[in-house]
Amino acid sequence: MRYLPLTDDDRRRMLDTIGVHSVEELFRDVPDAAMLAEPVALPRHQGEIEVERAFRDFAAANLSPSSAPSFLGGGVYRHHLPATVDHLIQRGEFLTAYTPYQPEVSQGTLQSLFEFQTQVALLTGMEVANASMYDGATACAEAVKMAARIKKRDRVVISGGLHPHYREVTATYNRFVGLRDAALPPDWRGGEDAAAAIDAKTACVVVQNPDFFGRVHDYSGLASACHAAGALLVVVVTEVISLGLLKSPGEIGADIVAGDGQSIGNALSFGGPTVGILATREKFIRQLPGRLAGQTVDVDGRRGFVLTLSTREQHIRRDKATSNICTNSGLCALAFSIHLTLLGEAGFTRLAELNHAKAVELADRLETIEGVEVLNDSFFNEFTVRLPRSAADAVEAMAKQGVLGGVPVSRLYPGESELEPLLLVAATETNTDQDIDALAMALRGALQ
Amino acid sequence: MSDPRATTTGNRGLQIEEPLIFEQGSPDKTAVDLPEPPSTKDRLGGVRRSGPIGLPGLSEPEVVRHYLRLSQKNFSIDHGFYPLGSCTMKHNPRLNEKLARLPGIGDLHPLQPTATVQGALALIDACAHWLKALTGMPAVAMSPAAGAHGESVGLMTIRAALEDRGDARKRVLVPDSAHGTNPATAHACGYAVEGIPADDRGRVDLAAFREKLDADVAAIMLTNPNTCGLFENDILDIAAAVHDAGAFFYCDGANLNAIVGRVRPGDLGVDCMHINLHKTFSTPHGGGGPGSGPVVLSEALAPYAPVPYVVQGPDGFELIEDPARSDAKPFGRIKGFHGQFGMFVRALGYMMSMGSDGLRQVSGDAVLNANYLLACLRDTVTLAFEGPCMHEVLFDEGFLKETGVTTLDFAKALIDEGFHPMTVYFPLVVHGAMLVEPTETETKATLDTFVETMKALTARARAGDVEYFQEAPRLTPRRRLDETMAARNPILRWRPPAVDKAAE
Amino acid sequence: MANVRFTSDHEWVRIEGDIGVVGITEYAQEQLGDIVFVELPEVGAQLEKGAEAAVIESVKAASEINAPVSGEVVAVNEGLADDPGKVNADAMGEGWFFKVRLADPQELEDLMKPAAYKELVAGLK
Repeated sequence: MRYLPLTDDDRRRMLDTIGVHSVEELFRDVPDAAMLAEPVALPRHQGEIEVERAFRDFAAANLSPSSAPSFLGGGVYRHHLPATVDHLIQRGEFLTAYTPYQPEVSQGTLQSLFEFQTQVALLTGMEVANASMYDGATACAEAVKMAARIKKRDRVVISGGLHPHYREVTATYNRFVGLRDAALPPDWRGGEDAAAAIDAKTACVVVQNPDFFGRVHDYSGLASACHAAGALLVVVVTEVISLGLLKSPGEIGADIVAGDGQSIGNALSFGGPTVGILATREKFIRQLPGRLAGQTVDVDGRRGFVLTLSTREQHIRRDKATSNICTNSGLCALAFSIHLTLLGEAGFTRLAELNHAKAVELADRLETIEGVEVLNDSFFNEFTVRLPRSAADAVEAMAKQGVLGGVPVSRLYPGESELEPLLLVAATETNTDQDIDALAMALRGALQ
Repeated sequence: MSDPRATTTGNRGLQIEEPLIFEQGSPDKTAVDLPEPPSTKDRLGGVRRSGPIGLPGLSEPEVVRHYLRLSQKNFSIDHGFYPLGSCTMKHNPRLNEKLARLPGIGDLHPLQPTATVQGALALIDACAHWLKALTGMPAVAMSPAAGAHGESVGLMTIRAALEDRGDARKRVLVPDSAHGTNPATAHACGYAVEGIPADDRGRVDLAAFREKLDADVAAIMLTNPNTCGLFENDILDIAAAVHDAGAFFYCDGANLNAIVGRVRPGDLGVDCMHINLHKTFSTPHGGGGPGSGPVVLSEALAPYAPVPYVVQGPDGFELIEDPARSDAKPFGRIKGFHGQFGMFVRALGYMMSMGSDGLRQVSGDAVLNANYLLACLRDTVTLAFEGPCMHEVLFDEGFLKETGVTTLDFAKALIDEGFHPMTVYFPLVVHGAMLVEPTETETKATLDTFVETMKALTARARAGDVEYFQEAPRLTPRRRLDETMAARNPILRWRPPAVDKAAE
Repeated sequence: MANVRFTSDHEWVRIEGDIGVVGITEYAQEQLGDIVFVELPEVGAQLEKGAEAAVIESVKAASEINAPVSGEVVAVNEGLADDPGKVNADAMGEGWFFKVRLADPQELEDLMKPAAYKELVAGLK
């Protein structure tokens, strides 16, 4: 067994030192009735060859978006990852370290987190960001709890443009902590008036930009309405590449930004792990959950970094902590940071331009197909089209042609008949002209 | 400056000083060559950014050097002994990294039609099967993103089950020795938290526990083996009492590594337990994540598990994402998409590599290693509680009494010796705790060197060389850092120098 | 010092007419180490004796400060926001937390006089 270094001789000598005859004696505090005499009924150990073969079999039963024209979005996006990202995050010093509790031997992780926090703050236009959350949906739920703590109010207005998974996760969390949701209906037509839903008990309004259906918003009017009513504006971003082209949430007047950073540095990985981001204004940092890296000096006066403000956290405050979060998405945050560093201002801006241009080309092309209607008046790299039939059926039909043609809105909003013809389509820098041709052809076929 | 080790650059051989990325490069540089975007009409709806973001631009060689140099300032399992109690820092097999990156596994989109991801759903199902078989539990919720997230799911499931039977309860009992996440979780799920003291054997004080247990208690959250590294030998009585009171038994599975393959939590009366895949099942800790915290559930709780989950249907695997399509009573959703799939891949790769026989050997060797350290060190370092211990051994600061050296100082001295310190000051039930978890992936030679080092350092402390400890570590990229300054005036991001001036 | 009273949780109250000035003792600040943040009640808040009134944080710990007496908060020490180190430097003076209008002066009878508190601390060392 290749991962276990002790030999039988080692074991015997160690048992002698301990003064027992067998390992079983060391388990004597376990009730006899609960001790298994035999290994659990599962396969025995295997070598790399066999294990790898088994996983290749799993892989073979999937249609990989890397080998098919793919236009899937809906909160997770396929982007090109520079080879350098994966090479660097697999360095053992990053991969196999734990949370930087001992800062003297964790400066690598700590400095990279400090850089990550700065990058997220810059992208979102906020003053501070934490060292990451599990994912966008949980970051959104934590943002709402945070707003409720800050405002000491218990009602939350949830936009119909927010990703359905984010809505569901936030609703679930809220139910358990006793917050009330005012969830607006799915805003597929656009034109929602979230400001009208604010009342004196409203802690925050949660919106998304671009919204789930792909529309781009200037929420500055809503921000003013929130602030006038003593509420906070939480802006969710599920496609962080959009921040290369769009006004930042901070510029628009957001108080808290929650989102998912998967698009930068992270593979699709069937939706997890990704990297949740959470950023806010400096005055709210004591209510911000999660880990924070901060700058300081060592005893020799040299700049260094530590985890700080940890008294907000569970290991100190226990039941009074801001959140129970402990592990976050460290390595995904590192991948994000490396990829964004590789891109830099120039590369990131161009990547955003490229995504938008591809999506515009795609929209132009789809609009030429009879019966297909692009619903968005604005979008970044994703938009909604209405088909003359069930979008789910069309997607199934296209998949049979080897094209991953988008996400049926009904997959995330089941049971709402008016949403059934809606298809969410995303384009990124990875899509070629040939991919667009293939989608157009497959969609035509699916509509016949 | 007469320090013979002082250099002009501040570098020390392989330890190279590295500025922040924001202090390097220039905005026009990039390490990613992208094609010119085709010229199209802007459809951004007039919400275009007007000013720059402020990101630095570096070339690829500069970026590679930056992160390589940063990496060299980290201690990791790949470097050496990392006996961080309760965290299970075991070897992370690289095969699993390879598997997670296979085409058709690492590049799947979560919203592909399920017919195109039958392999992925089969993989989740296989991982679930192993977890259920190893814990002796009938169901598992796979979506929690980490241990603490799994705790939330566990308590939410319990609350949903209780409310469903019209029996809302208000309190959760948590031993004083518990991880901080336990009380934080209970509170976040809307429960009042009540502590249970430990007895003088480091176990739950059974009498105090029984006194607190009544019809208002929703659950007990118990770590077993507990955070003192001991098996709760009254566990069957505790479970029976919990069930008699109509409450549920939540087990914190952080220490599953000690019993995997030998004891199934299901046989101990557990209703609900999260499993940190990044502990027992070797997925990398990654500097603080990502983790994964599937929660195994008893028959009574299984119907309330959150969406999504995988079932086997007539046409293959199905993914139940919509509570309305579920024939059970899911309490909701707690994460986007389908859980930490990339971590399921790694954990399953590990479980298949080890097999049922290997996993049994894992707990045996983990417990053997910890007891070996206990035996070798018990005359030198103060043992908090009599053994045998399980996978970790708890010492306290008694042996440093009168020396002027603190637990923290001692830990810092270990760093200079090339060891990552053990967990210090946790659990809170002893003074100056030192919780040592060697794991099963260490050689006897490593353990022997650690024992010699602990003995030598103890002798040095007793000989009165306090300054040596207070000044430690000396050989690290940075020495002790001023945490008071960091907390009093938080600097949580880089700012351009000009802005700093304007702010003053 | 005659007009100062103490709690067994190491808080002090200095009586100034119908106002009580509240802080933590020298012993408490020593035990906590470097104070990095103090969360104070809002002016106007009604405190109830024994209920949480403030939170004090050091690098490694956070402690709740319970109101030693009941009453309305009439002032808080704004200076602690910028310089929480005042609690370490001068716990019984510059490092005061808040002032409360005593709702029930009888409550002071339950608190310790300086000599009794001194004895308590001596027993802890």
